[in-house]
Amino acid sequence: MVKIIYVEPDGTERAVDVEEGHSVMEGAVSNGIRGIIAECGGACSCATCHAYVGDGWLDVIGAPEGDEADMLEFAHEPQANSRLTCQIEVTEALEGLRVLIPDEQA
Amino acid sequence: MIGDEVWPPYQRPPLSKKYLTGELARERLFLKPAKAYEESDIELVLGRRVMGIDREARRVLLNGGEGGDVAYDTLILATGGSPRQPDRPGVTLPGNMFTLRGIADADAMRGRLESCQNLLVVGGGYIGLELAAVARRCGLKVTLLEQASRILGRVACAETADYFRQLHTDNGVTIREGLSIAGFGGPERQPSFVGLSDGGEVPFDLAVFGIGLLPNDTLAREAGLECDGGIVVDGWGRTSDPDIRAAGDCARLPFQGHLIRIESVHNAIAQAEHIADDILRPGGEAYTPVPWFWSDQYDCKLQITGLNLGFTNVVSRPGEKPGALSNWYFNGQTMIACDAMNDARSFMLAKRWLTVSDRPGPEMVADPSWNPASF
Repeated sequence: MVKIIYVEPDGTERAVDVEEGHSVMEGAVSNGIRGIIAECGGACSCATCHAYVGDGWLDVIGAPEGDEADMLEFAHEPQANSRLTCQIEVTEALEGLRVLIPDEQA
Repeated sequence: MIGDEVWPPYQRPPLSKKYLTGELARERLFLKPAKAYEESDIELVLGRRVMGIDREARRVLLNGGEGGDVAYDTLILATGGSPRQPDRPGVTLPGNMFTLRGIADADAMRGRLESCQNLLVVGGGYIGLELAAVARRCGLKVTLLEQASRILGRVACAETADYFRQLHTDNGVTIREGLSIAGFGGPERQPSFVGLSDGGEVPFDLAVFGIGLLPNDTLAREAGLECDGGIVVDGWGRTSDPDIRAAGDCARLPFQGHLIRIESVHNAIAQAEHIADDILRPGGEAYTPVPWFWSDQYDCKLQITGLNLGFTNVVSRPGEKPGALSNWYFNGQTMIACDAMNDARSFMLAKRWLTVSDRPGPEMVADPSWNPASF
């Protein structure tokens, strides 16, 4: 299990344990984190699991590529540290990852 | 929440994709873990079937005797749909013939896929095409039959059908269109070939039918609720009995002066949320669907936004990446839908435009020098 810290749109911080190999989106959905909708269930098709990764984490996780980058360009208020959380696989290296969830999804 | 399947609510789209290939474990299909229902005070009654609705007493009757009555103030029918069953001589479901809708179907089919060499797919809709793609990835020989003159005839324009015909042909699927099935032949209970209307035969050891979805409206009909190819509801999901609502694939709802059913995950979520909201805080506006859909086949991501109902013209626009294409549906000058193949940017833009009245017209979309992001 890897500890991920989700910051909900109203600022509430919730630290939860997520199974390795699952996505950061799945960790949010299975723990009832608010603001992550994930309509397509992780198919990188809907851009409703958008979040900003905390300072410094983009270097660990990597920048979005391909379809993900294309969708983020037109997501709600994208920033340089935007990712679709369904595309972030949870590994040991992500222990303590902070993701900030925007007020709105696409 | 009463369901006749033994599993808690789960995602169906992966059943024809990553769940079928074994890449996604069953637990990862579940929409929420069991504790989420407990924490929200939702009692799940699984593996039980509602046999009838007593509208006067406001109770539903469960199968299996003991504790078989549940009272309600508001009842929501979210019964979904069932695959249309083939009706041809020699059909022996389940045997080596399947339809795909639930976990049980996918589990049964997966067991057979491993030992199968020739897959017959009947029906050239999205389910059939997705299954064909998965089977090719597993190294099977695949023949896909479509009775209509072309694949995707009910759901997409000819331009989109052409794209997918080419994609599947390039990946080794034999697509046969405009042919109907005369019957199945071979050993009893284990047919080994299909006879076609042109006299030809195609051998197979596993057949799967993706020939449409029928709304599960029997319960509603038997309770005397208005049904017409689905449970008829108004813009707040109310059936002809205002204490009973219906949402998702089983519901027939108003859309631009028509009554339609929308088979999409997005609609199932959005309509349900709208209804829940209206029950808690009545008096809001009617539900306006802005549906979207997706499909994954080989390395192609298809994203669809809007409904192409009543379109008069289509504009095709190549995307930036190789193999990228978007087909834009117009009703006269008004954009109403878009099919985007490997073109997520077009999808995201079209989805946004469909929520506003100021949308690009067909001339603009047809102009290769036009930059959609600048609109």
